[in-house]
Amino acid sequence: MIFINEIIPLLTKALGETVYMVLVSMLIASIIGVPLGVLLHTTDKGQILESPALNKIVGSIVNALRSIPFIILMVAIIPFTRFLVGSAIGTTAAIVPLVVASIPFIGRQVETSLKEVPAGLVEAALSMGATPMQIISKVLLPEAMPSIVSQLTTVIIALVGESAMAGAIGGGGLGDLAIRYGYQRFRPEVMLATVVVLIVLVQLVQFLGNTLAKKLNKR
Amino acid sequence: MIKLTNIEKIYDSPAGKVHALKGINLEIARGEIYGIIGLSGAGKSTLVRCINMLERPTAGEVLVDGQEMTKLNESQLRDARKNIGMIFQHFNLLSSATVYENIAFPLTLSKVPKDEIAKKVQPLLELVGLKDKANQYPAQLSGGQKQRVGIARALASNPKILLCDEATSALDPQTTKSILALIKDINKKLSLTVVVITHEMQVIKEICDKVAVISNGVIAERGSVLEVFTNPQQPITKEFISVLLSNELPAAFRGNEISQTETPGSLLLLRLIFLGEKADDPVLAQMIRNCPGVECTMLFGNLDEIHGVPFGRFIIGLSGNEDAVQNALEFLGGKEVRVEIIGYVRRNELDAV
Repeated sequence: MIFINEIIPLLTKALGETVYMVLVSMLIASIIGVPLGVLLHTTDKGQILESPALNKIVGSIVNALRSIPFIILMVAIIPFTRFLVGSAIGTTAAIVPLVVASIPFIGRQVETSLKEVPAGLVEAALSMGATPMQIISKVLLPEAMPSIVSQLTTVIIALVGESAMAGAIGGGGLGDLAIRYGYQRFRPEVMLATVVVLIVLVQLVQFLGNTLAKKLNKR
Repeated sequence: MIKLTNIEKIYDSPAGKVHALKGINLEIARGEIYGIIGLSGAGKSTLVRCINMLERPTAGEVLVDGQEMTKLNESQLRDARKNIGMIFQHFNLLSSATVYENIAFPLTLSKVPKDEIAKKVQPLLELVGLKDKANQYPAQLSGGQKQRVGIARALASNPKILLCDEATSALDPQTTKSILALIKDINKKLSLTVVVITHEMQVIKEICDKVAVISNGVIAERGSVLEVFTNPQQPITKEFISVLLSNELPAAFRGNEISQTETPGSLLLLRLIFLGEKADDPVLAQMIRNCPGVECTMLFGNLDEIHGVPFGRFIIGLSGNEDAVQNALEFLGGKEVRVEIIGYVRRNELDAV
């Protein structure tokens, strides 16, 4: 009982921090990442806003950001984080590198989803006099939505993993709990409990993502 | 209604420049159903896309309803496109939208108010016979039903022109018939100008008034469907028609040498083509009566109708002495029938057949 009484508050607090970091990062990263994916797709060769130069530049930046391991990115952008949130330590500060890492990830995932929309649909919309913005909002995004939801589910799960590393800059969360209590204080039962909570969390996210994607898919 | 002048289209491909259209001239009158037939790669899809500028011609003029399409800016072009409906081989419906929403789509793009959209979509659902499917998704429909949605969608913005790009090529023969009947029906009801792209002569025969045969980026032959069907000039046209109207000899003669001079035991084979009201004149009976000494064998016969005009094709074999046969040929020459001399062919031995 003593164990349970001690561990439950710890876990609840850590879970709360993880969910906070993941949700806020995901929200901000999506607001930038989804349009980025649209940009990557529509400026590609043969697409409605074809622009090879822009596509190449943006694509290169995305690739560069994606090649930096998260733990290094986190440390490397500390000055930027401090500039944005006033501090480089803490849960909110951890959101900055999480967002920076997720934007290019979401961009590529959304691009992949949009590529699956048959070119004929865009052609049909063009033949009806649709503007590029209408094609994006009424054809590309709705048609790719089930796939985008699946892809974003993957991003959320990756974020859960990355947020665990945020413990290294005092971000808190489940990863931090597992390291500090489980590893450094030799409390394997805390480590185990944390891992179980993480597994349940990831399963839940995947289940919700799959359910939503399936509901949206009319194909 | 549509006038294409000296249309050129050159693509840059990794393998070099591809000259898809080489100086196409084409005029399509208001209310007409105009067929463009060609093999895949002939340039017919590129040509039809030049009409609504989905493909911009490298050179040439595209006049649609008095508007020079190549000179329009982006927003003028979008407006012009609303006058040109288009349907596709693979339907290209939004899978995430219901039948109703798909048909309403062009109106949504033009920001038409909801109640006006409903007033427009309901009659269209009835026109294409999908009233009870309004709330279903395309995935729940058959191919023919999907194309009906495509047609209704193309008609939603009240276009003056309907472009059909291989609209029946993914459908089975029965469904093809019903879709073609629908296209013909709306052509009459709405006095719509229709351009039909296909590789099937059946489609041309069924609904088109005029046809152009396109091959290697040029128009090889054109004319009224009746003309082109009954008197094709180019090998490519003959090939398309041969799918429907066999040009082969009857089995008993197939594979034997055709000679222009008489050989012992051979028959002089003639192909006779009757057209119009004369198709049921008793020409052959008269010939037999008027030309004694000629034996006439009927080897093949077919009576068809193109746009309500009877059209008969026969192969007969003549034998007898030379003078009598000449006499018979002269007699036929004076009648309203087209005579094509195939030549002297021996009949296969029965046991060889």
